Amino acid sequence: MTAADEPGTLVERIAAQTPPHVAARVRGLSDRSIAWLFIAPTILLLLAINIFPLVWAIRLSFTSFMSNMPMPMRFNGIDNYIDILADEDVWQHFQATAHFVVSTIALQVVIGLGLALLINRQFRGHSFWTTVILLPMMLSPAVVGNFWTLLFQPQIGPFNYLISFFTGAPPSSFTMIGDVRLAPWTIVLVNTWMWTPYVMLICLAGLRSIPDYIYEAAEVDRASPWRQFWAITLPMVLPFLMLAVLFQAIQAFEMFDLVNLLTSGGPGSVTELVSITLKRSAFEKWETGYSSALAVILFVTVFGAANIYVKALNRVKQR
Amino acid sequence: MKQPVKRSAPSLPPLRRLFRRGPWENLATAFIAVGVVMLCQPFLMTLYSYSFITILTGVALFTIVTKFPK
Repeated sequence: MTAADEPGTLVERIAAQTPPHVAARVRGLSDRSIAWLFIAPTILLLLAINIFPLVWAIRLSFTSFMSNMPMPMRFNGIDNYIDILADEDVWQHFQATAHFVVSTIALQVVIGLGLALLINRQFRGHSFWTTVILLPMMLSPAVVGNFWTLLFQPQIGPFNYLISFFTGAPPSSFTMIGDVRLAPWTIVLVNTWMWTPYVMLICLAGLRSIPDYIYEAAEVDRASPWRQFWAITLPMVLPFLMLAVLFQAIQAFEMFDLVNLLTSGGPGSVTELVSITLKRSAFEKWETGYSSALAVILFVTVFGAANIYVKALNRVKQR
Repeated sequence: MKQPVKRSAPSLPPLRRLFRRGPWENLATAFIAVGVVMLCQPFLMTLYSYSFITILTGVALFTIVTKFPK
């Protein structure tokens, strides 16, 4: 018998102080009801901050509402959706977003996995280099955007001098942010620099979870390091890698802050991602209904892609 | 020598066989994947215009078929 169960203990004394009508009501509740009672505040909070804005945005997407105009909401059916899906500019912005997502993810996976394989080995200064590699991920996108803008300056930015050192081209002969051909790759480069450590961290967790005896057995079988990588390392890290890709793809699809600070969608609109179009229509043109429809399209696309991905992830885990 | 008795698998009712999760889930996944490709492809504006309805159909189908028995 524990101290808490003894008669006249603190627990019993507190229970005795509960008003009789409250005690009777609580005594009559089942375990399930009590569980619901405890999680109800969290569910209400989630409904208020997640579900309500989503439902409100869906409702707004069927109206011609402009939040800077003092006029009532007017229902206009699916006109906003038709406008978006017939607009060639928005189509181009979706293409720019796809280019950004695919390039960023490909680079992050290759470099992130490579770094994780390197960091997974024991060497002198291991902890120091791990911290150095993880630094970009810890910075704010606002800071990253600003200092990369400075690095890319054609006159004073060190990036152009570095490129000219290797290629021989004069540093002021090209601008990374202002060139139509280079700007899309510039945002890919900066996003990769910032988020590769995240992919590396997840891959590292995967590599650490592989038991040593599997490699020892492979060495007994005289498997080459290349064979060990393809037959052991990659299949066992794959679920982790897929998880990292899922998170990063969603993040890249909705990327706004970094690109807005670096290029603001320019030059022209070559780096205008859909999130920037969304911000412009919502807070520069004040087309709230139109921008809500665009937000719903983005949401459904990301939700659908995430569904496929989770299904693939489950298949890989079951293998 | 006794031959082992072969037992056939219990046959499912036709409706349950029709509404199995696997094939329907694959169909919904195909809809979503094709829709995303249509949304981001740089070749035909018509494909872009019909991309959202394709993705939406896939997502709705996926949400429904995940409730089907395996």
